[in-house]
Amino acid sequence: MQDLAQFVASGLTRGAIYALVGAGFAIIYSASNVINFAQGEFVMLGGMVTAYLVVTTGLLPLVLAVPLAVLVTVLVGIALYRFAVAQVEPSRLATIIIITIGSSILIRGVVEVVLGKREFVYPAFTDTGPLHLFGAAIDVQSLWVLGTLVLVAIGLKLFFDHTLFGKAMRATAQSPMAAQLVGIDVRNVLVASFALSAALGALAGALVTPITLTRFDVGLMLGLKGFAATMLGGLGSAYGALAGGLLLGLAEALAGGYISSGYQDAVAFLLILGLLVLRPAGLFGRVKLERV
Amino acid sequence: MATTEPVVPNRAVTEPLTAFRPLPVGVPLARLAVLCLVLALAPLAFSNAFHYDVAVKIAVNAIVCVGLNLLVGYAGQISLGHAAFFALGAYGTALLPLRLGLPAIPAALLTAAVVGVFAALVARPILKLKGHYLAMATLGLGSIISIVLNREIGLTGGPDGLTVPALVIGGVKVRAIETWYVVVAVGVVVAVYLAENLIHSPSGRALRALHSSEIAASTSGIDVARGKARVFALSAVYASLAGSLFAWAERFVTPADASFLHSVEFLTMIVLGGLGSTYGALVGAGLLTALPQVFAGVAEYKNIAIGLVLILTMVFLPRGIVPTLTGLTARGRRRP
Repeated sequence: MQDLAQFVASGLTRGAIYALVGAGFAIIYSASNVINFAQGEFVMLGGMVTAYLVVTTGLLPLVLAVPLAVLVTVLVGIALYRFAVAQVEPSRLATIIIITIGSSILIRGVVEVVLGKREFVYPAFTDTGPLHLFGAAIDVQSLWVLGTLVLVAIGLKLFFDHTLFGKAMRATAQSPMAAQLVGIDVRNVLVASFALSAALGALAGALVTPITLTRFDVGLMLGLKGFAATMLGGLGSAYGALAGGLLLGLAEALAGGYISSGYQDAVAFLLILGLLVLRPAGLFGRVKLERV
Repeated sequence: MATTEPVVPNRAVTEPLTAFRPLPVGVPLARLAVLCLVLALAPLAFSNAFHYDVAVKIAVNAIVCVGLNLLVGYAGQISLGHAAFFALGAYGTALLPLRLGLPAIPAALLTAAVVGVFAALVARPILKLKGHYLAMATLGLGSIISIVLNREIGLTGGPDGLTVPALVIGGVKVRAIETWYVVVAVGVVVAVYLAENLIHSPSGRALRALHSSEIAASTSGIDVARGKARVFALSAVYASLAGSLFAWAERFVTPADASFLHSVEFLTMIVLGGLGSTYGALVGAGLLTALPQVFAGVAEYKNIAIGLVLILTMVFLPRGIVPTLTGLTARGRRRP
């Protein structure tokens, strides 16, 4: 029981990060049909820039460093769209995959040169001791991660359902051409989708670094896991991705705890392969019929 | 009045993918001759073992790319997991002799056969998927194989990699890199010949047909699922055999050979060279394999350089080098 509680707690924390990355994937995908393989680099940037500001320079307190790191990452996200993704035909899948992976290697390379190859970490947001629940010791930073996830989920719901711009993004996701006809500036929507998912990724990175540490090369695996989370929830649904991420985190933690810690990383891919074969539209997605 | 004609099965369906038919005399054969000439003359430009080593790496990657191009360029599928087949070939070639005492060459062939059967089995469910879903599935498959190679330390040596025993033929160790250059160069010619052969056959046309429209292809009698499974298996065998050659020539394999980024590298090579062009696959393999060697002196900036190259080629050469060039010359010919 104690073990189980511990695994669930760490699974939910880990899952929250996948959820935030996955939601970013879903937001960009639904706006532009682009799978952004550089999504994991946003997480890395969020953590690395915060660490640089707080630890290396010692200039800023966390309260200021985190928003600034998110802002930097958002700018990188916009640049990624503007200078790479917007320059190619979105229907060419291989081209999109290569250009977003190229961008992720470039981002990684720049961070490697500027900030170095070593691991970075900074203290938790609040320094109270671990919380004891059902015999499990829960890191307070985990509560920050989960709390933020809840706030993000509510925020996304409000944004997409109750703001004009959010509705414009949903309209573009449905049909870019129809959206354009009713006067929505689709290009702005695309820029916004990259900015928003960069912000989500950076937030995830800033939140999780006190728990997991960060390095210039953590983005790749996080990106792949986030992609799997999105697929689990049904490609293109931000809420589905949030659920998929949590599920994936739980599955990894339980498999890691009870079956084999060495194969923890394989869980995401096994789940996704099984799902794709049995239920290709994702757990919560609906099958799209192909018209001839 | 109605005459019932005997049902003739479509040849594309019945013929095996590798059915031998001599390449038509003409442009395809002339291209192959040029390739042989280039491979034969290239050593004139090599002055040391390092040059040979790079050339061997290029040739090995070229074999993978020629196979992958059949799947991606011709049949219009995508794979983000082919490095795993490459690595399976390399590890099989290293491990079967080490652990089971099998002779090396049968070990390589057995590995290729097993990889081919495995690929054909997984291809059926996976290749039903399209686009991003297919990308995710192949990525997942490749990642699982890569994780297994990393974790089964007792068997594979884990992340540190594995030293491959030298190939011994008739009691003689085949070690010199110059010898391996000859072997892999022959390998490239055979790979290109078989691929071009396939492309100019009914099966090849069937692949192109299912690329443009699966529904149209199946209404004209092409077994789409089977065609896709066969070309997936064929490209996996190409990758596996290239992996075997790589293991013998380089004498060292690591799980990084199976990594996602390595799969992306192969995909980038064929896109850079030009999807659907066998010779484009060779050009792409050559350029992208040589590139990191150029940046070897400034290793610190390697990632930046590679990232930039990937972005810039996608922006400025989205169709790839060879189709762009042949497009230019074709236009020049039309407008004298």
